[in-house]
Amino acid sequence: MIRISGLTKRFGALHVLRGLDLELGEGKVTAIVGPNGAGKTTLMKTVLGLTRSDGGEILIDGERVADDPRYRSNVGYMPQIARFPENLTAAELIAMMRDLRGNDAPVDGDLIERFKLSEHLRKPLRTLSGGTRQKVNAVLACLFRPSLLVLDEPTAGLDPVSSGILKDKIAEVRDSGRTVIVTSHVMSELDALADDIAFLVEGRVRYAGSVHDLKLATRQLSLERAIARVMVEDAVA
Amino acid sequence: MNTLNTTMSTSLPRATAKIVKYELRDVLRSRSLLAYTLFFLAVTDVLLRFGGGARAALSLMNVVLLLIPLVSIVFGTIYLYNAREFTELLLAQPVHRRQLFIGQYLGLALPLSAAFVVGLGIALSFHIGEDPEHLSTLLVVAASGLLLTCIFSAFAALIVARIDDKVKGIGVAIGLWLACTVVYDGLVMLGLMAFADYPLERAALGAMIANPIDLARVLILMRLDVSALMGYTGAVFEKFFGSAGGTALASLALVLWTGVPLLLGARRFQRKDF
Repeated sequence: MIRISGLTKRFGALHVLRGLDLELGEGKVTAIVGPNGAGKTTLMKTVLGLTRSDGGEILIDGERVADDPRYRSNVGYMPQIARFPENLTAAELIAMMRDLRGNDAPVDGDLIERFKLSEHLRKPLRTLSGGTRQKVNAVLACLFRPSLLVLDEPTAGLDPVSSGILKDKIAEVRDSGRTVIVTSHVMSELDALADDIAFLVEGRVRYAGSVHDLKLATRQLSLERAIARVMVEDAVA
Repeated sequence: MNTLNTTMSTSLPRATAKIVKYELRDVLRSRSLLAYTLFFLAVTDVLLRFGGGARAALSLMNVVLLLIPLVSIVFGTIYLYNAREFTELLLAQPVHRRQLFIGQYLGLALPLSAAFVVGLGIALSFHIGEDPEHLSTLLVVAASGLLLTCIFSAFAALIVARIDDKVKGIGVAIGLWLACTVVYDGLVMLGLMAFADYPLERAALGAMIANPIDLARVLILMRLDVSALMGYTGAVFEKFFGSAGGTALASLALVLWTGVPLLLGARRFQRKDF
C-alpha cells in the first residue's frame, strides 16, 4: 500500500506538483496519465527517491520514504530509456544489481527465458539492439520480486510479441498481490493493463479510481475516450 | 519487507566498493583507455630512446601537465554524462547517494590513473638502468600525473553534479582546463610584469600553489636543477619546497584540490533532482 499526501514540488518557477494526494492499492496496476507537464514523471521519480519533494509525504507499507535508501530493496524500476555501461554484459549487470542489493535469494529470471535472452547475456551491452536492451531493462525491474514495480513507458521500443510477454508478466505480478505503477502514452495499452487510474492535471489528481468506474461515469467504452471526456468537461467548466 | 531490510543493512557499507568493481570493469574495457595507455607508452619510450636525461623528463613533464588534465576532465565529464540514465537506475536501488557518487568517481579516476601508470611504467622498464640519475625525476613526473588525474577527475564529477546540460558541462570542462593551463599563467605573468618593481617572490609562490598544474610543474622543476635559471625566485622556491613545511603545504594543496571539488560535488549530488 502506498499513500501519498500533500506532495509538492517546484522546479524554479515551475510548480510541478501542487499538493498531490493518492493511494495505490496492493494487487493493482495503477496507470498514471495526464497531459504533458502534469507531473507524471516527477511523481514517479519522487516515489523512487530520484527527486526530492518540497512538501508532503509518501508512505510505502507505512514507512516514510526518506533519505534511508533501504526501502528501495522492495522496489523495481524500469526507466523509459535503457542505457547501461557499454562494456558490461547483461549477465554482469544482473550480478551488479544482486551485489548492490546484497540479495542472495534466487532471482526471478523468468523473463530471461520468455524473452529468449540467454544467448545475449554474455555480449557487451553496446552490441545489443535497442529492443534487446529494453528487454534487459524489464528483466532487471522484475528480478528481485519487488513489492512495488514502477514502469515508465514499458513497452516503448518492444516488438508486439515481447510487448505481449511483458504485459503478461505485469498481470502476473499484480495477481501475486504486488503493486504496479505504470505510465504510457498508449491509452489502449493501459486500458487492457490497468485496474486503477490516476489522472493528473497541473500537479493535482483530477481523477483517481478504477478504470471501470471512470468509463461508467463518462459513459464511454474506451479509456482514451473517457479521459478525453473528462478533459472536454474541464475545458467547458 | 523487514527481513529484507535486515539483510540489506549489513551490506550497505560495502556498496561503494561494489559500484567501483563494476565501473572499473566497464572503463577498463573501453578502447579510448587502451589508446591512452599506448599513447603514454609510445611517448615515454620515444623520449627516453632519443632524448634521455633531463630533456626527456622536461618533455614528458610538458605532455603530462597538458594532456592529463585535459583527458581526465573531458573523458570524465563525457563518461559521467553518458552514464546519467544508468545513474538513475542505480539510485533506484538501495544505495546511498554518497556511496554512488564516490563509487563513480573512483570508477573513473582509478582506471585513468592505471592507464597512465601502466603506459609510463612499461616504457620506463625498457630503459631502466640507462639513466638512474633522472629516474627519481621521472617518478616525480609520474606522481604529478597521478595527482592531476585525481584532481581533474574530481572537477569532472563536480561539473556533472552541478550542470544538467551536457553541452554546457563539457564547455565548462574545457574552459576550466584552458583557464588552468593557459589563462592563469598569462594573468600571473601580466601581474608579475605590472608589479615588477616590488618583491614578488612570495606572491609568485602563492600563485603557483593556487593552481594545481603550476604546482605540479614547480615540484618537477625543483628536481631538475633548473631553479637556478629562475634567479632569486628560484632560490626562494627551492628554499620553500626544500623545507619539510613547504613540501607538506604543497602536498596539502594537491589533496585539497581533489577533496574540495569532491566534497562540493557530493553535496550537490546529495540534494540533486534526477
